[in-house]
Amino acid sequence: MPVNVASEWLNSCSGCEIAILNLGETLIDLLPQLNFVHIPVLMDHKHLGQLGDKEHIELPKAAVGLLSGGIRNEEHLEVALEMRKKCDVLIALGTCATHGGIPAMLNSYTNDELFDRYYSTQSTDPDGKPPTQGVPFLLDRCYALDEKIDVDIYLPGCPPHPDHIKGTILALLKGEDIKLPFKSVCDTCSARREGKGDIKEIKRFVTTPEFDPDKPIDQMRCLLEQGYLCMGPVTRAGCAGINGDAPKCISARVPCRGCYGPVQQNGNQLLDMLNALVSNGIDIKSIPDRDNLLRFSGAHNRLVSRKKSKRKN
Amino acid sequence: MGKKINIQPLSRIEGHASIEINLDDSGNVKEAITHFSSIRGFEKYVEGKPAEEVTRIVTRICGICPWHHHLASVKAVDGCFGATVAPAGHILRECMQNMAHINDKILHFYFLAAPDFVMGPDADYSVRNIIGIVGAAPDLAKRVVKMRQLGQMMMEKFAGKVIHPIAGVPGGFSKPMSETQRKELVENTKELLEFAKFSMKYAKEEIFPKYLDIVTTLGTIITGFIGTVDNNGSLNFYDGNLRLMKPDGSYNDFEDSDYLDYISEHPVDVSYGKYPYAKSWNEGFSMDLNAPKGIYRSNCLARINVCDQISTPLAQTELEEFRKSFGRPAQQTLLYHWARLIELVYACEKTLELLNHGSITDKKTRNDVTPAAGRGVGHVEAPRGTLIHDYTTDENGCIKSANMIVGTTHNLAPISMSVEQSARMLIKDGNVDETILNKIEMSVRAYDP
Repeated sequence: MPVNVASEWLNSCSGCEIAILNLGETLIDLLPQLNFVHIPVLMDHKHLGQLGDKEHIELPKAAVGLLSGGIRNEEHLEVALEMRKKCDVLIALGTCATHGGIPAMLNSYTNDELFDRYYSTQSTDPDGKPPTQGVPFLLDRCYALDEKIDVDIYLPGCPPHPDHIKGTILALLKGEDIKLPFKSVCDTCSARREGKGDIKEIKRFVTTPEFDPDKPIDQMRCLLEQGYLCMGPVTRAGCAGINGDAPKCISARVPCRGCYGPVQQNGNQLLDMLNALVSNGIDIKSIPDRDNLLRFSGAHNRLVSRKKSKRKN
Repeated sequence: MGKKINIQPLSRIEGHASIEINLDDSGNVKEAITHFSSIRGFEKYVEGKPAEEVTRIVTRICGICPWHHHLASVKAVDGCFGATVAPAGHILRECMQNMAHINDKILHFYFLAAPDFVMGPDADYSVRNIIGIVGAAPDLAKRVVKMRQLGQMMMEKFAGKVIHPIAGVPGGFSKPMSETQRKELVENTKELLEFAKFSMKYAKEEIFPKYLDIVTTLGTIITGFIGTVDNNGSLNFYDGNLRLMKPDGSYNDFEDSDYLDYISEHPVDVSYGKYPYAKSWNEGFSMDLNAPKGIYRSNCLARINVCDQISTPLAQTELEEFRKSFGRPAQQTLLYHWARLIELVYACEKTLELLNHGSITDKKTRNDVTPAAGRGVGHVEAPRGTLIHDYTTDENGCIKSANMIVGTTHNLAPISMSVEQSARMLIKDGNVDETILNKIEMSVRAYDP
């Protein structure tokens, strides 16, 4: 008997859903075991009935729920609550769901500040105001799922590696333990570490690091040791998948920016990274914008606005 | 009071939108409103961030077309910092950009749009999807899935990350391409080109003739168009001048940095999205179906309409056939699907051309850059249309202000109009069923929003 699967996306970009599709032929092989009952990116099951005549959002029951994105408006919240009610096991899919992700960068600002900027860009006609008809009102900020509903499985990543999406679903189907990485990106990175050297400041990634493109990653010196900010030490591993590949950004000779969120679910990438740098004698003032280190994990009150919102919206 | 219908959410599209249809007492359409319900505030929170970091933040505007945001952003930062881009850096960026178009078009045509045609607009929703196609036409579905996967993995293997890429950098590209990699990519792209040719033929023989009545009427509106052309007026996805065409086919060409003289965004009370319109036509903004003002469209049909020709041979042959049948500019909304497949052929041919460029394997792919104050406007043709990133930086090379006009936003007003047109055409005297509602959505899906 195939199991019912429901999927929804909230304050997100659809990258997680594309990661599911990137299972490719594996997904076709899995299909006999999975019965998708709701997945807006692929299927026309509607919130308000197929004839659009219902008042409230209603989703079908499912054994497994995949929920991507954080919660930013009233509709996201309603969908999240309904998913929780109807799904036996709920998976927070992707870093927006687990930690707010990139859109939670907006938590540094109030809704007023957002709208003031949005309706005053150079190309916008004057006197624009937030819409009042037929669109959900914004909440005060962007929430990770577990700030509003219970989450059973955290599957971070921006996007999560298809290997882990598949592994998690298969383990659930077989009733086995779910194996997800719990180490740091550094622990899975083969770049050569020689010791700190005499780095005193962090360099911006506007110059080319030293590497020989014809040689593999283990012949390149660690980018952090080369003086570039690399979030590998404070970021959950997983982007490399399960085949022993290099972390994805490192394989492009580009430093990690932390897209899997903190190593521990409740860790703080900003504090952990600053600690690591300070304890190595590196001047943290050389980082132009430190809030930027929380760019993937700004929910859970990690990033907060300095002003109070006046507009109730 | 008349009946109210809420199609929520619009499905098989990227993002969040709904349609509200209000019927009058006799069951005819009083109004049909499309609501675009997302706002995420990228323009606000990139402020103060080092500009070179923003190139890997804005990718999250769209998980389907992150390469295009990445590259428009990288080009904008090149401008802010006054960077000279290493020649191979440009070629690699353009090559990746075209590859990303290939995958996007396969995704849209087969995974999102085709279920309406292969299974039929009136098929039950439970099978009117890619999973239904796997059951009904397993060989086709397997080939489609395999080809899309090939396209995605080619990019990932070379550039590290295919979803939310990081390999474009101000001054160039983060790493060179080896000869071994190049040869493998050439072989893979040849396979994709064969698939593109098959797709064009399959659609022209099996799909478009069968649904010609829908294709020529559903969602049809009269608008202008925007796209990018090179110095010869040929279609280009990566660089060139913008061309804004009026409904009568006359046009203006301009540099991307002058976009503010031509385009404006109109705030509305029914959507978070702002609706762009052609300010330079000096007629204001109106979505009145009988007398639209300032309305133009983006994405593949727009590009196919504005270009004088296509520089690659197979796509040019297809363009000539298309123009012979539908004229220039072609206005029928469902022709977006046809135009998309012409662009699929072009993207494959263009990728091959770039992979065979003598400099693509140069070791030097990146020049060092210095963060500085400046303004940079970067634009590319994203699958969904002309994508503009406009940044101003302070003396530390951090973002002072950012303005972005995203591909699909150009189409927000046209989509709303196509929805209204199709709703008025299909809903009569209270007769509404699932097929009619799906057909209204098909007029949205054509735009691939």
